[in-house]
Amino acid sequence: MYNFEFEQPGTIAEAAAALGSEDALALGGGQTLIPAMKQRLNAPGTLVSLSGIAEMKGVCLRDDGALSVGGGTIHATVAAQAGAHYPALAALASHIGDPAVRNRGTIGGSLANNDPAACYPSAVLGSGATVVTNTREIAADEFFQGMFTTALGEGEIIVEVRFPIPEKAHYEKFVQPASRFALTGVFVAKYADGVRVAVTGASEEGVFRWSEAEAALSGEFSAAAIEGLSVPADGMIGDLHGTPAYRASLVSTLTKRAVAAAH
Amino acid sequence: MPQVSMTVNGKATSGDVEGRTLLSSYLRDHLGLTGTHVGCDTSQCGACVVHVDGEAVKACTIFALEAEGAEVATIEGQANADGSLNVIQQAFQDHHGLQCGFCTPGMVMSAAALLKDNPKPSEAEVRAYLEGNICRCTGYHNIVKAILAASGQDVGAIAAE
Ligand SMILES: Cc1cc2nc3c(=O)[nH]c(=O)nc-3n(C[C@H](O)[C@H](O)[C@H](O)COP(=O)(O)OP(=O)(O)OC[C@H]3O[C@@H](n4cnc5c(N)ncnc54)[C@H](O)[C@@H]3O)c2cc1C
Ligand code: FES
Ligand code: FES
Repeated sequence: MYNFEFEQPGTIAEAAAALGSEDALALGGGQTLIPAMKQRLNAPGTLVSLSGIAEMKGVCLRDDGALSVGGGTIHATVAAQAGAHYPALAALASHIGDPAVRNRGTIGGSLANNDPAACYPSAVLGSGATVVTNTREIAADEFFQGMFTTALGEGEIIVEVRFPIPEKAHYEKFVQPASRFALTGVFVAKYADGVRVAVTGASEEGVFRWSEAEAALSGEFSAAAIEGLSVPADGMIGDLHGTPAYRASLVSTLTKRAVAAAH
Repeated sequence: MPQVSMTVNGKATSGDVEGRTLLSSYLRDHLGLTGTHVGCDTSQCGACVVHVDGEAVKACTIFALEAEGAEVATIEGQANADGSLNVIQQAFQDHHGLQCGFCTPGMVMSAAALLKDNPKPSEAEVRAYLEGNICRCTGYHNIVKAILAASGQDVGAIAAE
């Protein structure tokens, strides 16, 4: 790994200023970035650690009824504290990687990275959540822009994510046991005004909404309502763990399971 | 060069490190505490698990400077004050929870973190908690048994498997 200057600001404003310098990069929990830096896929001149910023951590219910999760909140905290308000989100967080990863990795880091097999992007897109940065609010439908690509600008910091709380939801993850990421995962959420279905781990375009299933489930929320629906294998990821056709098949199977398990 | 200070196994330590110095290298190379093993260095195997402020983390995936001011616990600090093995370590010995022993420091530190939060875990909970601790030798069964025994539960029923 190449060496770098290490900075640990205590406020969002200080972090934003530090990230303004050329060659600076944010460090969340480091569970993706440190392995990437070891491989020299990333070589920032300055690393700005966000873990000392108290105002970016924690889970709380907002006056408008949405669940607010600070951008620097570790997965273990979401697993432990979101359950009373949004059980499906807490359950998703409790199955990311392993306990040591959950004690460091943050929601902001996961979303900024937008790994095509990551779990959180499906919850954010499936809930129609809002990603709040140090400069603006970004709707989930605009935030994800393809594998490892997001709407974030240079040095922009995810400080909060706001999740509207659904009537029912569930995340069904088919684990790729070697990486512990999702081989494919489906997040289903039922709101008063309709159902959202977000799929991770399957498409070459990264996380996506399966609108055909959303329409059917908004009519009738049952696994039977999507019997016979499927996504085309074309454009699905093919690798040594599964062919595009296999992933396409997982999408419909996992969606049915998620609907059946939603509560 | 930046300076870092942290408490390791109850003792104050400090040293000059680079930004890129990992906690695993601070412990092993600066302090000589080589009980924290580096198995993969890619965040996958859990051999390097230590506690930072009471929480299990992979020492190969946190910079030493991120642990500034923290209370760090490693395998070297696990034995009882008189030098005898603590209850988890003793259970690993009694139930043959190790063969080559390379994964053992991480296993013991993960087990300690689990039992702190969940003093009487089920077998399924132990297995789920060890998701990030890889063992190439034992097949996990005796490790799970040792942790259940360390929690004071009867392991007679699973002993036959
Ligand atoms: C063994 C293992 C298993 C894993 N399993 C899973 C899994 O099952 N599911 C899953 O979803 N993930 C999994 N992960 C990834 C894990 O969730 C990471 O924690 C996450 O992807 C990155 O979060 P981080 O806080 O560690 O970010 P970092 O690694 O610190 O940073 C990642 C990127 O995000 C940027 N960044 C960090 N924080 C912010 C912020 N607040 N605002 C803007 N940019 C920011 C950084 O600059 C960097 O580019 C796994 C990781 C490992 C090592
Ligand atoms: S050496 Fe740290 S996880 Fe393998
Ligand atoms: S005892 Fe050899 S790797 Fe676990």
